Amino acid sequence: MNISLLDVVGPIMIGPSSSHTAGAAKLAKTAMTIAGKPFNRVSFGLGGSFASTYKGHFTDYALVAGALGMSEDDERLGSSFEIAQSRGLEFDFYPTEIVSQYENTARITFYLVDGTEYFVEGASLGCGRILITNINGLACEFNASLSTIIVKQNDVKGVVSDISAILAYDNINIATMKVSRTSKGDTAYCLIECDGVIPESVINDLKQVNNVLSVVVVNIQEG
Amino acid sequence: MYKNGQELLDLCAKEHKRAWEVALDAETKLTGMTREKLWASFEMRLDVMIGSATKALEHKQATKGSLVDGVANCQYQYSQKDGSVTGNYMNYIMALAYSSSEVNASMGKICASPTAGSCGILPAVLVGMMNKEGYPREKVVEALIYASAVGAIYTRNATVAGADGGCQAECGVASSMAAAAAAYLKGADDQSCFNAAGFAMINVMGLVCDPVAGLVALPCAQRNASGAVNAMIAADMALAGQVSHIPFDEVVEAMFKVGKMLPPQLRETAKGGIATTPAGKAINKAVFG
Repeated sequence: MNISLLDVVGPIMIGPSSSHTAGAAKLAKTAMTIAGKPFNRVSFGLGGSFASTYKGHFTDYALVAGALGMSEDDERLGSSFEIAQSRGLEFDFYPTEIVSQYENTARITFYLVDGTEYFVEGASLGCGRILITNINGLACEFNASLSTIIVKQNDVKGVVSDISAILAYDNINIATMKVSRTSKGDTAYCLIECDGVIPESVINDLKQVNNVLSVVVVNIQEG
Repeated sequence: MYKNGQELLDLCAKEHKRAWEVALDAETKLTGMTREKLWASFEMRLDVMIGSATKALEHKQATKGSLVDGVANCQYQYSQKDGSVTGNYMNYIMALAYSSSEVNASMGKICASPTAGSCGILPAVLVGMMNKEGYPREKVVEALIYASAVGAIYTRNATVAGADGGCQAECGVASSMAAAAAAYLKGADDQSCFNAAGFAMINVMGLVCDPVAGLVALPCAQRNASGAVNAMIAADMALAGQVSHIPFDEVVEAMFKVGKMLPPQLRETAKGGIATTPAGKAINKAVFG
């Protein structure tokens, strides 16, 4: 059986829809983790079925809750608008076209306190599962069902081997690893899915590697 | 490793284990999690189910569109009176199912099983039977694992999405999962548990998904109540020894094919069924303008 029983009976979530509520919260929370910096405004571009049916399924509340760092099973999800207001977070929604094979898509733009913008695109796949498809211009594909490390690095020899050596040394098992780059000799990206949770010390070690420009980690707890 | 119901039953016979044990062994291999950790994950799910199935029994929840506010309390109060058609127990089971649906529609915490729209059926059967028969918690967790093993077969070999297969794929599968769990709790052997799962699906095959105003409320809540009762009667059919002429795996395949034959209007688009009745359209207008 290649289907996890925990996915059949699960997720534990706030209703009413695993795709339109739970998936939306998870998408926004993952996006906010990837953005990784303080922001005071977030804008949600909604595509496909998200755009047409979001109100009936509280997709809007779920997205704001996720941007505030709440999980899909957080019972404060229904109060996310008030919580955002009390924290001084502005938010808005607009319909948009996102080129995607998926039905429920969103482009989440964070307006960072430092004055810059950062966006993440993704889709809700149903049953609370998501797919991140673009990180601030970098096309990628990962589910955030396993802990994921996204490393931005200079496209030079040896960086990938240094990264995997650190993970091996810290006893972290790599499940999948993808390397891509914008153009030869320019910036490259390493997307690594791992078993277990990535400790802070490992993130710091990765940041110390020569030619590594930035490290983003989305940690996922099992179960 | 198994891919369908028959292969799971064959493994049970070969390893002298119950289906939930074989499924749990497979889950440890698939996820890399220990048996203890998995067990804890199922216990956590059971706790959420107990919460959702009981939360709205006495306290009306406020839902979008107010279509199902208080449905659980209505049935719960009735279940405590004498003189109903199906008796106190069946009405109590319905009330439990209504409760999870009402909690789901009001942004409360639920456990999708297999989906959020059908989240009332399995909890109603597990919690209802646990409270009536006094089964130890461990036995109920086993039944929950049993149900999820049945659900995984539908997920793998058919679908559990209303948009793909209609309501039979959501409430139908939930009912089928719950039927196996009910039969297991009552001491049925593995073949009988799968017969129960098959009977439950056959009883509702072809059920369409036609949410009024596109909300997960109406008829979802009613279909959770009827799906829970359907699971109980399917379990009793199997326990009575009714012959299952169509093997479980062939029922799963038939459901999948029926889902493919359903027009898109009857697959979660709110473009057919009771969603497009004059009353259904009026509700849509009242909720969204």
